[in-house]
Amino acid sequence: MTPKVLSVSRLRRVFNDTIAVDGISFEVGRNEIVGLLGPNGAGKTTTINMILGVLDPSSGTIRVEGVDISENRASALERTNFAAVYAPLPGNLTVSQNLRIFGRLYGVKDLPERIRYSLDKFDLKDREHAKCGVLSSGEQTRLSLAKALLNRPRLLLLDEPTASLDPATARDIRATIREYAAQDNVGVLWTSHNMYEVADVCDRVLFLSHGRILLEGDPRTLPQEHGKETLEELFITAAREPLAFEQG
Amino acid sequence: MRYHRTSAIVLRQFYLLRGSPVRVLPLFAWVAIDIVLWGFITRYLNTVAQAGFDFVPVLLGAVLLWDFFTRVMHGVTMAFLEDVWSRNFLNLFASPLTIGEYLSGLVLSSIATSSVGLLMMLVLASAVFGLSFIGYGLLLVPFLLVLFLFGIALGIFGSALVLRFGPASEWLVWPVPALLAPFAAVFYPVSALPHWMQQVSRLLPPTYVFEGIRAILDGGEYAGTVLAWSLCLSAFYILLASWFFSHTHRQAVRTGLLARQSAESVS
Repeated sequence: MTPKVLSVSRLRRVFNDTIAVDGISFEVGRNEIVGLLGPNGAGKTTTINMILGVLDPSSGTIRVEGVDISENRASALERTNFAAVYAPLPGNLTVSQNLRIFGRLYGVKDLPERIRYSLDKFDLKDREHAKCGVLSSGEQTRLSLAKALLNRPRLLLLDEPTASLDPATARDIRATIREYAAQDNVGVLWTSHNMYEVADVCDRVLFLSHGRILLEGDPRTLPQEHGKETLEELFITAAREPLAFEQG
Repeated sequence: MRYHRTSAIVLRQFYLLRGSPVRVLPLFAWVAIDIVLWGFITRYLNTVAQAGFDFVPVLLGAVLLWDFFTRVMHGVTMAFLEDVWSRNFLNLFASPLTIGEYLSGLVLSSIATSSVGLLMMLVLASAVFGLSFIGYGLLLVPFLLVLFLFGIALGIFGSALVLRFGPASEWLVWPVPALLAPFAAVFYPVSALPHWMQQVSRLLPPTYVFEGIRAILDGGEYAGTVLAWSLCLSAFYILLASWFFSHTHRQAVRTGLLARQSAESVS
């Protein structure tokens, strides 16, 4: 059987007395976009940090295409990439320099051609020689996404990827990510606070609160299943009254 | 170990140097000032000291070699600090890059940057102040190697300290060479030191280099075993420093320190 793109099993992370992630299990399948939702402090970024190998879990396992990240970190991360607003590329290098450096780090084969494609795709051609520090926040976000797709990752982690984009650019980016996820063997884990975007893009959502998965399902039908009109309404209710949704 | 990942770190440093004269200038400016200053001091000492003793190879040569060691160490820490200053840890360490590949990249960057400083010092010291390396003989090569290896070890150690204690601790790292200089017997023999300082100096590979230089210039012998010992000691320190960096990185991943460098983990 072909392994899932991402398999997270009983993942738990404790910081001193605070349980940031409390034994969550989930999978991201091929050609699937999974939304990781939850209020601030729910454990979304902690989960992503553990999947990226920059934070050890207290317990549990993470497998990318069957490769356990704790056993073969480099192999798991070769298949992964990410974009996050809190991880901008170095501002003292130009757009193309950054892409060349990260292309090498990820072992991209046809790098010059891949960079040209990424610059075109994310509308950065005119900014190729600009230092990243002088880019607008929207351009920086597009550059982070260009870097995230550079190695054609099987697992793409996106932490609020459209947070600083104007509506038109955000729509284009969503279309690009959807198109990318539709390719063979690609899975996307997407966090966002924009529920309309989540409903538009994600095939499935996981709702996190206090480090636990409260809800899981299709973002288009989940609100009605819980007697709510919209995903945003469901989000607000679940964030304010998590006990009402506790499973088991 | 993948070459392309190590080369990415070197390439990053190359781009930074190419795009910023402010980064290039310190590669040779400070060492040039040191050579000029000590060049004139040695000239003056030659005029007031007893005839027959030449201060140039003893003092100016020692300054040149010590500056080379300092440049090597700073070459490693500077390349590392570029990632600290640009808050690049998350991007780097969430990639397939291994610690061995990262450290190799820092070392290769340091070879390139310290070579610029060494070349400048050699040209200036020999052309302006008549420093000749003939007196050192072929031993100059292993002497430089010992200093290079120990500089790399200290650079890696200093980088690990910054990784452990955060960006503010870089100010602990810069003065390390100055802190070691009195023990390493750069300008005077080890015998001039009090007993407890002699014990410390024996643990420092540069001590054997500077003792060797003075012995050779005095017309004495320099034992191959001493040279081999200083090389082994330097190699041991590199292994120790690499282990310390790797351990510090593991701890940073375990405690969440690495993730917190770029983002608030609990969000």
